[in-house]
Amino acid sequence: MARSTPEIPNASMADIAFLLLTFFLVTTTMPNNKGLSIALPPPPEVAPPDDVKIQERNMFKIQINSSDALLIEGEPREDISTLKEEIKAFVLNNGQNPASSDNPEKAIVSFKTDRGTSHKRFIQLLDIIQGAYYDIYADQAGVTNAEFREAASDLTVPKNKEIYEKGRAGIPLNISIADPTKVGN
Amino acid sequence: MSKFKKKTEVKQEIPTSSMPDVVFMLLFFFMVTTELRETSIEVKQQIPRAEQLRKLMRKTLVANLYIGEPTKPQYGKEPKIQADDTFIDTKDIVRWVNEKRNELEEFERDQLTVSLKVDQDAKRGIISDVELELRKANARKLLYNTLQEENKLD
Repeated sequence: MARSTPEIPNASMADIAFLLLTFFLVTTTMPNNKGLSIALPPPPEVAPPDDVKIQERNMFKIQINSSDALLIEGEPREDISTLKEEIKAFVLNNGQNPASSDNPEKAIVSFKTDRGTSHKRFIQLLDIIQGAYYDIYADQAGVTNAEFREAASDLTVPKNKEIYEKGRAGIPLNISIADPTKVGN
Repeated sequence: MSKFKKKTEVKQEIPTSSMPDVVFMLLFFFMVTTELRETSIEVKQQIPRAEQLRKLMRKTLVANLYIGEPTKPQYGKEPKIQADDTFIDTKDIVRWVNEKRNELEEFERDQLTVSLKVDQDAKRGIISDVELELRKANARKLLYNTLQEENKLD
């Protein structure tokens, strides 16, 4: 005698799943752990007083005032589309142009803001400066800029470390972010 | 005519038996890729965009600080610093960093990265104050949280 098999109704399964799905959609956020990474200098009392004279030619000065206006190498500037190439040329000058840097190790990009400078402007300029360096590193390591940054993000992988060290060889990331001046607040 | 008549008699039904599977697949995707919101952020967070982003690989080593104008008017207009669920003063940052360090395994304590989620209209003044405190706390790995600039990808 054939026993009638009890059946579980599964028509509502989709509804239940949708309900769960909506719950997760509403309560979660996509993690955003991306950004511009920098290393801060050592604490002020530990750091030796900075009386080392740096030659003018080895400094690329970028200043922003409290109304977000730019001063690059002492010249007011509006258009920043060529800035990245200028920084690259400055770092890789190797003494060719007597007005520019001696070598990449001595070259310093000095970045100074005011207390009233907006974070948006700060990020915009820091992005350009770091972009110039990453371009140089990527070129030297023979990968694209995006690949280099990917490798630099996870140095625990030996292959990434190799790319990173090849790119960084002889060219330190000399970005100096000075304490802001006190005009705006 | 008979040719056409036949066609109209065919029943058109979309099979729905695989629907739960599809939905479950979506559900698992969202469960895996997202995280539960841990803190409710009480400051304005319009994060600036940039191109040259780096990714932080290990989420456990990251401590978040949120800086921006408070969203609730009773806290005033001046940008404030939020850590976890409370507003903190700049002078409390050293203590906060040490608390965060103590949550980590001993061998990982020096690898703590502070992620600054700063509203784009906040000023450098408050951010540099925070940076100075972080230097005092010797938490020198810093990340300015940004979104990916979309129009210019190289």
